[in-house]
Amino acid sequence: MNFLDHLLWGILPYISIVLLIGGTIWRYKYDQFGWTTRSSQVYESKVLRIASPLFHYGLVGVLGGHIIGLVIPWSWTDAVGISNEMYHLFAIIAGLPFGIAVIVGLAVMIFRRRTNATVFRATTTNDKIMYIFLMGAIVLGVATTVISAFQGHHGHNYRGDISPWFRSLFTFQPDVGLMSNVPMEFKAHIVVAFLLFALWPFTRLVHAFTAPFHYLFRPYIVYRSRGNEGRGARAPRRGWEPMATAAKLSDKSAEEQRRGLHLHRMKK
Amino acid sequence: MRVMAQVSMIMALDKCLGCHTCSVTCKQAWTNRTGTEYVWFNNVETRPGLGYPKRYEDQERWKGGWELNKRGRLELKGGNRFKKLFTIFASPVQPEMSDYYEPWTYEYENLTNAPLGDDFPVAKPKSLITGEDTAIDWSANWDDDLGGTYATGHQDPIVEKIRTESEEKIKFEFEKTFMFYLPRICEHCLNPSCMASCPSGAIYKREEDGIVLVDQDRCRGWRQCITGCPYKKIYFNHKSGKAEKCTFCYPRIEHGIPTVCAETCVGRMRYIGIFLYDADKVTEAASVPDEKDLYQSQLDLMLDPFDPTVIAEAKKSGIPSSWIDAAQKSPVYKLAKVWKIALPLHPEYRTMPMVWYVPPLSPIIDLLKEQGHDGESKDNLFGAIDSLRIPVEYLAELFTAGDTGIIVDVLKKLAAMRSYMRDITLGNVGDESIANAVGMTGEEMYEMYRLMAISKYSERYVIPSAHMEEAHNLEEIGCSLDGDGGPGMLYDDAFTGMGDRPVPVSAGSYANTARADGKVDIFMWDGNSRPDAMFPNTSGSKKA
Repeated sequence: MNFLDHLLWGILPYISIVLLIGGTIWRYKYDQFGWTTRSSQVYESKVLRIASPLFHYGLVGVLGGHIIGLVIPWSWTDAVGISNEMYHLFAIIAGLPFGIAVIVGLAVMIFRRRTNATVFRATTTNDKIMYIFLMGAIVLGVATTVISAFQGHHGHNYRGDISPWFRSLFTFQPDVGLMSNVPMEFKAHIVVAFLLFALWPFTRLVHAFTAPFHYLFRPYIVYRSRGNEGRGARAPRRGWEPMATAAKLSDKSAEEQRRGLHLHRMKK
Repeated sequence: MRVMAQVSMIMALDKCLGCHTCSVTCKQAWTNRTGTEYVWFNNVETRPGLGYPKRYEDQERWKGGWELNKRGRLELKGGNRFKKLFTIFASPVQPEMSDYYEPWTYEYENLTNAPLGDDFPVAKPKSLITGEDTAIDWSANWDDDLGGTYATGHQDPIVEKIRTESEEKIKFEFEKTFMFYLPRICEHCLNPSCMASCPSGAIYKREEDGIVLVDQDRCRGWRQCITGCPYKKIYFNHKSGKAEKCTFCYPRIEHGIPTVCAETCVGRMRYIGIFLYDADKVTEAASVPDEKDLYQSQLDLMLDPFDPTVIAEAKKSGIPSSWIDAAQKSPVYKLAKVWKIALPLHPEYRTMPMVWYVPPLSPIIDLLKEQGHDGESKDNLFGAIDSLRIPVEYLAELFTAGDTGIIVDVLKKLAAMRSYMRDITLGNVGDESIANAVGMTGEEMYEMYRLMAISKYSERYVIPSAHMEEAHNLEEIGCSLDGDGGPGMLYDDAFTGMGDRPVPVSAGSYANTARADGKVDIFMWDGNSRPDAMFPNTSGSKKA
């Protein structure tokens, strides 16, 4: 084991998770206004209506597959009588359609984004960088499946090394040694995926974290009080307190502003 | 009974000139930004016409508003909550830019920069979306004044409907053409389907004044509201990725001044006032089985502000007495509930819209005059209203879910008012029988005339300003969402990168126009004082 192994399998995952969690909290706190799907459907609908559900539903399946493969230990499936061959057959049959859906959906969406002038014009640099990592992680992931499918019985069994290593991350005792015999395509997939996680909070992918399941439970009509924000002009935000003398503050509208600030201080 | 107050608008369509001043001033105030180039919170449509966006009234296609399900309960026409979530990855019914129009500008630079040549330089139209040359083929009012109606008029969903119902006659009469203008803003509905469609719960109705707003911080851009609104009055800002809509100029309303569209209306056709209504009964009123009963059921929601029980209940729900006073003086209450001459736009959508309209009468009078009749005689007018089936049916499709009886009653009242007032203008005594013929007294008729024809600013706009003493009472309670990390929290600008937020909207604070940097905003300058910043000291010596 050299330094690179430690870096990739012992340090990178933690950096990436810290950025993912910390970055998401920071973004939720400071950039609610930027937190959006930023849909491009208003420019082009026909292709999107096919490709986008294909990609997103595929992704839900792929996520499920990863949870089963990485979280459930080999010994447990053995214990309930599922042989390794049966497990892999099931994984290929159930997983491949989802994988294909994701890759086809993504390919069509990227093609659309590049060829439709209006959609391309609305694509930011941030989007482009994100797409490189998203596409990289997905293509490499499907590649691992395809390669192992061709290798049949000789294919690499990730449940023997990658999964235990993944679980060891959660106990803060990363077993870096487990990763030494893992084939290149798996390694590349994992590294790109962790880089994508690190990037996640700073891209439009954050919309996944606010999937609106609470819509099923909320009342249809929402009433909200105008609240204590003052009339017309809103209370200035922190850092924007006006400088003024006592005489100025006795002015009525200034009084309102001051109350806004007073509220602010009460909360702190 | 839960009494709530609703700021509401009524537009008297007879007085609309079709000048689009409201649209232009609204756009300058609210949507002259990147991402909202194609957005008009206020637009003026010529009817018959396709409207903006094209054919937005065709709910079989756009799935806006509510319908009753098999059990007779209200359900979004776009589908129930599960269907909405399952189709969230690509909204199934979503207008594209081309359904509105592709916004453009002109290459004015070319007019001065073009090299000397034999031809005059031209300013070519450039798309604001692609930046490329564009051919302009539609806009927010492309069929203004019936322009191009020979080609597109038959696509008006209402024309389509009444034509299939009564075949050739409609067509013939329709070809003789009539038209009127229909200015539209957000309806600030009592039962808004945009709000019900929003997966994030970002759209809300303000408890104090009923204004419907989108919380820009909570909106995640799922765009279900755009499908949900049958009036297509919520728009997608394609730059920010969030929904935006008419705000009823709430910063102005809070100061007791009318919306920009009303303030600048050249024809003085807009009225703003408040209604008191029973919020507990809204769902029930919106669920009546027969669409034609929806107008009456909505009217029944509006409470009598003079009724002592209503006043007591209103006070119990915390409505300030200045608001109850305003409800008693409300011009919209008089037009809608007392005289019953204002009608809601498309009540059949079951959203309980709160921007109402007095239907137009003028085309009938003009037609009678052309035919050599006395256009303002009561008998001629009443007869004409009945015989001119087509406009009445067209109006009925717009305002009463197809019930022509209500439209005829309203038009008769308007006709009677003209007839009654003519006698008075000519120096005769008002003929009480004219007023009685439409179930009114001469005195009421005169009052109606005053409000409709010559009322002053303060009578057309009765807007109580927001009560801040109420808001300050909330200091003790606070809002549970305002806590640190909560979705309604106030911003901490510690991270300066995020500090360049838009300056809070402010229409008021006229008394407080001094800016921190000492400069003077010329629009806020009262013209009396002599601000130093406007008259710099040229001698070079600085004042202490």
